Amino acid sequence: MSEYKSGSNLEKVLKSGQFAFTGECGPPQGANVEHLREKAGHLKGCVDAVNVTDNQTAVVRMSSWAASLILLQDGLEPNFQMVCRDRNRLAIQSDILGVYSLGIRNMLCLSGDHQKFGNHPDAKNVFDIDSMQLIHTVKTMRDEAKFLNGQDLDVAPELFIGAAANPFAEPFDFRVYRLAKKISAGADFIQTQCIYNMDKFREFMKRAVDMGLHEKCYILAGVTPMKSVGMALYMAKQVPGMDVPDTLIKRLRGAGKGKVAEEGIRFALEQIEEFKEMEGVAGVHLMAIEWEHKVPEIAERAGVLPRPTF
Amino acid sequence: MIVAESKPIKEVLEMVKDFRKILVVGCKGCVTVCNVGGAKEVAILAATLRIARKRSGQEIEVGEHTLERQCDPEYVGELKEIIGDYEAVVSIACGVGPQFLSERYPGVRIFPGVNTQFMGGAEEHGIWSERCAGCGTCVVHYFGGLCPIARCSKSLLNGPCGGSSHGKCEISKDVECIWDTIVTKMMEQGRLDELIEFKPPKSWTTARDGGPRRMIREELVK
Repeated sequence: MSEYKSGSNLEKVLKSGQFAFTGECGPPQGANVEHLREKAGHLKGCVDAVNVTDNQTAVVRMSSWAASLILLQDGLEPNFQMVCRDRNRLAIQSDILGVYSLGIRNMLCLSGDHQKFGNHPDAKNVFDIDSMQLIHTVKTMRDEAKFLNGQDLDVAPELFIGAAANPFAEPFDFRVYRLAKKISAGADFIQTQCIYNMDKFREFMKRAVDMGLHEKCYILAGVTPMKSVGMALYMAKQVPGMDVPDTLIKRLRGAGKGKVAEEGIRFALEQIEEFKEMEGVAGVHLMAIEWEHKVPEIAERAGVLPRPTF
Repeated sequence: MIVAESKPIKEVLEMVKDFRKILVVGCKGCVTVCNVGGAKEVAILAATLRIARKRSGQEIEVGEHTLERQCDPEYVGELKEIIGDYEAVVSIACGVGPQFLSERYPGVRIFPGVNTQFMGGAEEHGIWSERCAGCGTCVVHYFGGLCPIARCSKSLLNGPCGGSSHGKCEISKDVECIWDTIVTKMMEQGRLDELIEFKPPKSWTTARDGGPRRMIREELVK
């Protein structure tokens, strides 16, 4: 039996004790394969795995499994995201088997943004199961070779199971327990919501470490560099569960014309430096939204290159 | 109770534009309680239809009748003597009413005058909100007596999701995050251990997903 649960590159990096660095790439709103390849190409060699989002913010895009496969063909390791909004338990399980059969080894389990946010607000949602139950479903299929109904499946999908955590959503006191619940359900690694409020994140991690959660699961801290003051204001006001302190907005404003993006990157780099030393943090998940071409520079300046190879 | 709201009058006028003799039928059940389909609302709708049609030069005869309940064949049968005098019926009961009327009087055109909303209650006078999704297997006792199936936008059984903020749901500042309430209440009650317990996927067989539902109580069937 392999020493690994999935043998994915991300799992190997984390298990070797090295500081992980993952990226993200949203599939196109259309079948523009070349654009996807170009965006993802910037991440090659800079990250250990690339999250491929699943109709993020409930906007229809190329399916996350198809985009994951395109990345795989290009030599990138995908972290296939799946939301519960669009699939019932039949589709969920068949997609899990499908992506594993085609070479995908990491999967991030999410509930999904409500369709009200997206470009098809008239849609009927599914939510047959929730993200917690999705994590448990993948674990049951992988470790017990069983479907949700208890029936045996022939070859188990050996996936490295990811989940999300938002330390900034409420009620704050329950958030670390919900993280513990996801780990018990089967999460091997966690990627957090974008962090801007460092004080709150330090407190969250302190609680997680006190409970020993970092020893049961790899926690990757979410970083999204701010490109502009407008983006910071939008994140602060419009994006649910996002906590952007006024001090950061002030700092970006103070950077002056033409220098805000650089200030945003500097803040991200300072965060990454702190995360490298923070107890319980096993890596960083860099979500450079529609800013993929900046990832090589950020990775270089963050001192996380070259990435480990196995 | 079942909560409903009136259809816009324009929509009702459009539905009945080809008819000259209409019967408006109310119900003394839920829709009377939520002020949308009782005898008072029957009179208002009938008068509104008369006035609107008179203005447009297509006068109309509108009858009024309110049944004890439109979801009960015994009361629906009451209309037998009068329904033949009309070309069409507008039912302002919940969605059950027009169907019971359609089934009982197959030759008559039946139109819905209200939009049925949800199973809920009045928070205060004039404000109603949803409480039950009719899933067929009640589990509110696991969640501090509150139902996440009906009241969480994603029907999460292991919430709250990452979109919960200041007690509100991510979909709107006007929607309460029921999981925030559940967690706060159960933590105050010292029931954190129950909250941490994994809730497995629900069986939806008893909900609408299991197909249209029917219930037979043998002891009551004559």
